[in-house]
Amino acid sequence: MAGRYEIRFSGAGGQGLILAGVIMAEAASIFQGIQAVQSQSYGPEARGGASKSEVVISDDPIDYPKATVVDALLALTQEACDKYSHDLKEGGVLLIDSDLVKTKPKGNFNVVAFPIINTAKNDVGREIVANIVALGAMVALTGVVTKENAEKAVLARVPEAFVELNKKAFQLGYEKAMAAKG
Amino acid sequence: MAFDYDKYIRPGKLPHIWCPGCGHGIVMKGLIRAMDSLNLKKEETAIVSGIGCASRLPGYLDCCTLHTAHGRAAAFATGVKMAKPEMNVILVGGDGDGTAIGGNHFIHACRRNINMTYIIMNNYIYGMTGGQFSPCTPTGAKASTTPYGNPDPGFDIAKLAIGAGASFVARGTAYHAAQIDKLIAEAIQHKGFSVVEILDDCPTTYGRRNKYRSVVEMMNRLKEVAVPVKAAEKMTAEQLEGKILTGVLHKVEKPEYCEEYAKVLQRAQAAK
Amino acid sequence: MAKKVAFLQGNEAAAHGALYAGCRFFAGYPITPSTEVAEVMSAELPKVGGKFIQMEDEIGAMAALIGASLTGVKVLTSTSGPGLSLKQENIGYACITEVPSVIVNVMRGGPSTGMPTGPSQSDVMCAKWGTHGDHPAICLVPASVQEIFEETVRAFNLAEKYRTPVMIMPDEIVAHMRERIVFPEPGELEVVDRTAPSVPPEKYKPYDTSFGDVPPLAAFGSGYKFHVTGLNKMQDGFPTTKAEIVQAEEERQVRKVEANKADIMKWEEYLCDDAEVIVVAYGSTSRSARFAVNEARKNGIKAGLFRLITFWPFPEERLLELSKKVKGFITPEMNLGMCTGVVKGCIEGNAPVLGIFRVDGEPINPGQILDKMKEVK
Repeated sequence: MAGRYEIRFSGAGGQGLILAGVIMAEAASIFQGIQAVQSQSYGPEARGGASKSEVVISDDPIDYPKATVVDALLALTQEACDKYSHDLKEGGVLLIDSDLVKTKPKGNFNVVAFPIINTAKNDVGREIVANIVALGAMVALTGVVTKENAEKAVLARVPEAFVELNKKAFQLGYEKAMAAKG
Repeated sequence: MAFDYDKYIRPGKLPHIWCPGCGHGIVMKGLIRAMDSLNLKKEETAIVSGIGCASRLPGYLDCCTLHTAHGRAAAFATGVKMAKPEMNVILVGGDGDGTAIGGNHFIHACRRNINMTYIIMNNYIYGMTGGQFSPCTPTGAKASTTPYGNPDPGFDIAKLAIGAGASFVARGTAYHAAQIDKLIAEAIQHKGFSVVEILDDCPTTYGRRNKYRSVVEMMNRLKEVAVPVKAAEKMTAEQLEGKILTGVLHKVEKPEYCEEYAKVLQRAQAAK
Repeated sequence: MAKKVAFLQGNEAAAHGALYAGCRFFAGYPITPSTEVAEVMSAELPKVGGKFIQMEDEIGAMAALIGASLTGVKVLTSTSGPGLSLKQENIGYACITEVPSVIVNVMRGGPSTGMPTGPSQSDVMCAKWGTHGDHPAICLVPASVQEIFEETVRAFNLAEKYRTPVMIMPDEIVAHMRERIVFPEPGELEVVDRTAPSVPPEKYKPYDTSFGDVPPLAAFGSGYKFHVTGLNKMQDGFPTTKAEIVQAEEERQVRKVEANKADIMKWEEYLCDDAEVIVVAYGSTSRSARFAVNEARKNGIKAGLFRLITFWPFPEERLLELSKKVKGFITPEMNLGMCTGVVKGCIEGNAPVLGIFRVDGEPINPGQILDKMKEVK
């Protein structure tokens, strides 16, 4: 990979976005053997409010840990989309929940939209795995880590009892993003 | 044969700083007799204090002694006891130190029921700084910062300790010197956080502002207001008006903090 | 065998570094953004026979820490700005009584409650002047998760070696950032224990300078009886107001760190040899600075990075040397000029010092530093 690749997961507090970022970074750093730094910013709320988790991935050591020019952005809420899309690069990936983000930011982006939360709720069966659906989609759209390494990273983080649930969430997110990408 | 206090006193550290008529020396002697009666090893006993006249006591005792910051004795002592539960840990200090600036540490040491003994010398005044009112100064009394009489209601240290969870609470007075060592010894033997409040007097900064003409008059007051708990059982509310109960006021068995933490170690190590 | 690798947060790395150094006691109080240190310690200490206690307040946590350290164990607490202000009382106590202790302070916005979840670097002066009176100060400012681990081990070594509190101060970004960490094997990093007395109990004095500026410290409960007080004291530990003793003891307490600066100070010079403009930075800001320096070099600007790893003692002499051959310094920091002032104070006016200050809870980005380089003529 040439230079930095920057991914931002954004939405509301409690949606598991920090964990999604952590898993993406672990996929790169622990399983793929390249460099990754994960950071976040958050408000006082444990639930709600705008929250973001950033992952910088590179073949070389990473100095500045925060995003500079974002290559790929996930927005699970309109508020997060409005607040965190300003530095998405031209042609960058914009992954949004089609039910919740109705107003897209102005700019020339590679927009991929599908009902992420509803996929988790209805197709996987638990809304709580929306972050893993989103992660699967991000892995498909960015290609910075392999699907296998990302899946290993997911399974390394989830309790035994929830392995199948998370596998399914990851797989569905991956497939739906591929389909939506067209 | 007279009791030999010297074996617990640090050579060369006397005379102490306390004024003539102060009760702190009486309490120190009571503590020494209690330690001796239990045969406490000096090198295995930590005496911990905060700031104030009473808090100077550790310096005179030939033990592991820790003269800490104002109000913090219970917190420092908690660290000592937690890290080395086999040590005997005894706290000493005054009413201002323990119940004002140190009030939070005091109630939480009571709540944890950690196996230490806290001797509070209550002379209801800040003596070292020159007689300002404390949370134990009687309402209406004169202090250097209550020249028109103290508007504050006071704490009842024993009730505070019981309410906060201490499992042993006793009260004595400097007049009843012969009882002090017995109360302290029973407190040290008790497993859990034990509080011994000793009422004593500060003739220098309290007595002279509050019309006590002599140390003897202050001592006589202690003699008159003190009622042993046993005797109080047979007295009416009217008879008990203005009296102060002495003796062991509260004694219950409760889980002790260091023992409970030992169980945490076991659980953590079993899960490893 | 392959070394153990993990993807950890800076705060978690601080806890693991402490355990590696042999820490066996933690007393703390919950505060954002440092709480993960306490959480890891609460889980890990009991597994190795250590003790964890959550105290009733920040002051009590620092007090319990000193009490525990006096029984001979290595001790850690963690806090953040408002908690650091409260702990200063007993940090001063640890200074004057010379009791080893390590404090992790994660820097968030201030003063007061400030910005609890936002990063800052505005506690570095509090590390030196926060408690009243003259006293030694050691403060470490790591910039990566791996470095937090290693510097926490070193913080314990310095605390035990010099009998003094040591502060390790990651900013919120470094403390909450996650990176890959390679755990050192036991024995790979140096671990220093405090010097126990070589004399029998009856000859022991807790501040016996015949053993040098850092006298051996006995443990409570080990057969030694001694007195510890926050008052100015004599070599035997008892209070004194004798002028010459107080003067000598105060000077010794500061000297034991100042005279050993070379052993304590640590910094990194990156591309400084031919640099015309040097960025002096620390913590997460130094990572922006490195990015900026690399970009500048691509554009033909001779830029370098002087990265502080210890903030106190401050490498004054080295910066004075460098100041004689550069056109200017740039000092980006998440405060209103704390490091900038110290740099100005030690370079005798040899070069301009241009600060970049942010206190809005946002990091200083590389672009800001690159822009500032253009102002150095």
